[in-house]
Amino acid sequence: MKQFFAFFSSFRVLLAGDASADSVVPPSGYTARLTSFTAGAMAFLTVFALALSLATGRLADRWSDELARTSTIRISAPEGQMQAQLDAVINVLETTTGIASSRVMTDEEQRRLLEPWFGPDLPLESLPIPRLVEVFETDNGPDMEGLRQRLSAEAPGAVLDDHTRWRKPLVNAANRLRLLGMLAILLIAGSTAAMITLAAQSALAANGQVISVLRLVGARDTYIARAFVRRFTVRALLGALLGTALGMLAILLLPAAAEEGAFLTGLGFMGWHWILPMLIPPLAALVAFGATRAAAFRALSRIS
Amino acid sequence: MVKVIEGDQDKIRSEPVLQLQEAGFSYSGRDILANVNLDVAPGSFHFLTGPSGSGKTTFLRLCYQALMPTRGTLRILDRDVRGLEREDIAQIRRRIGVVHQDCKFVDHLSMYENIRMPLQVSGRMAELDDSGFQDLIAWVGLSAHMDALPTELSSGERQRAALARAVVMSPDLILADEPTGNLDWKMAQKILTLLIELNKMGKTVIIATHDLQLIRTAKSQVNARVLRIANNQVQLAGADL
Repeated sequence: MKQFFAFFSSFRVLLAGDASADSVVPPSGYTARLTSFTAGAMAFLTVFALALSLATGRLADRWSDELARTSTIRISAPEGQMQAQLDAVINVLETTTGIASSRVMTDEEQRRLLEPWFGPDLPLESLPIPRLVEVFETDNGPDMEGLRQRLSAEAPGAVLDDHTRWRKPLVNAANRLRLLGMLAILLIAGSTAAMITLAAQSALAANGQVISVLRLVGARDTYIARAFVRRFTVRALLGALLGTALGMLAILLLPAAAEEGAFLTGLGFMGWHWILPMLIPPLAALVAFGATRAAAFRALSRIS
Repeated sequence: MVKVIEGDQDKIRSEPVLQLQEAGFSYSGRDILANVNLDVAPGSFHFLTGPSGSGKTTFLRLCYQALMPTRGTLRILDRDVRGLEREDIAQIRRRIGVVHQDCKFVDHLSMYENIRMPLQVSGRMAELDDSGFQDLIAWVGLSAHMDALPTELSSGERQRAALARAVVMSPDLILADEPTGNLDWKMAQKILTLLIELNKMGKTVIIATHDLQLIRTAKSQVNARVLRIANNQVQLAGADL
């Protein structure tokens, strides 16, 4: 707990700044530029990982909602019995609680469904094609097992498909993608911390003489660390701001979501989700702060 | 009298500035210093002499806690160094001015920034008496070089600047490690004069040097005690100097 307060207390001091402490570290160096570049690149990637994660989340919800409230009944029966079984199915559906409505798909609709596989001139009348009934459920839905048993009793050729076998893998896949997106964000944060740690260590090693002089004249470790931490945190913040801005611009320029485009065109942010990428720069700064501070105190502990 | 800020030496001190009892330091199993018993009184002037590699620098490094004794007791400014935290060490170093042979400056900062650095790192810039600071700079003869970088100064100027930095905090103790090692005799005398003046202001001064001519010159001007390191022991030098 003490360390926790020390961490946030030093973050507050860092925000306040101390120009004189900053000046003791040489003003330029490739490590500082490397930090900006790393933070920028990582922020850019984080924007896309975040967009992917949010888009797959939306997709999983949409598929889940859309498929959860519909089911299909397929009736396969000899030609003479088809109409009787269709009537029996409609009758069962009309007398089952949890069914909002149902609709027999027209020949034209069935032809369109089969068109991708059999072409446009399918002679539907001469083929033993099953009839399809689209079922719309209420929010609570019917007792699927009870409905299945009634259908098999009154219309033996009817098979109820509640879309579970389609829905589950689709929703699972979307949820996995969302998880992978989040994992990617964590990995990016970890990589950023590792890169900034290496850059900070390099800067600390290059400034060994400065640090030993500061210790000699009575500087506390916190004073010395602050000069390095502030520089790297500010660099990371600026890099992440640029990277995030470019990432958001790239997302903005993606084609708009369209029905026919499905997943790929729905990759952007929607509504309040646009606020989330704006959190990336301060979080990158926090990661840089923690990484540089830890590296600085480790390095300082080796200097008398 | 050069005074940039109010220092602790202005309070009357009676306890030894440095107190070593059976103190020793060994490195990789080899004794560098052993069984050192020494009291350094406030306001005293000490020379520490001995051949190169005898342990003079090690002794000074013990005095500003760059090293810790591996045996015995060492008290600095009334604090036992055993168990000191790094923050405590930083605090004690603010009361000790150190002058190295190689000066140890931050090369990208001006001499003005380097000399005032002890005040800056201790958060005492607000207490800086500007005219006192200018007096200090004039005292070491560097008024014209405040904007210069350390690399632009001569060895003698750098050494005087290091001395100015060492005293800017009005320390209780001034440690100088071969301060005249890189200087010609004229400049060495000038540095010695400055250190003697500091001692006359009440500062405790310890100078590590192997320059016997410097010691003889000092002894004619100040009541200096000469310590010699031989066979890892610190002994009071006799009249053979």
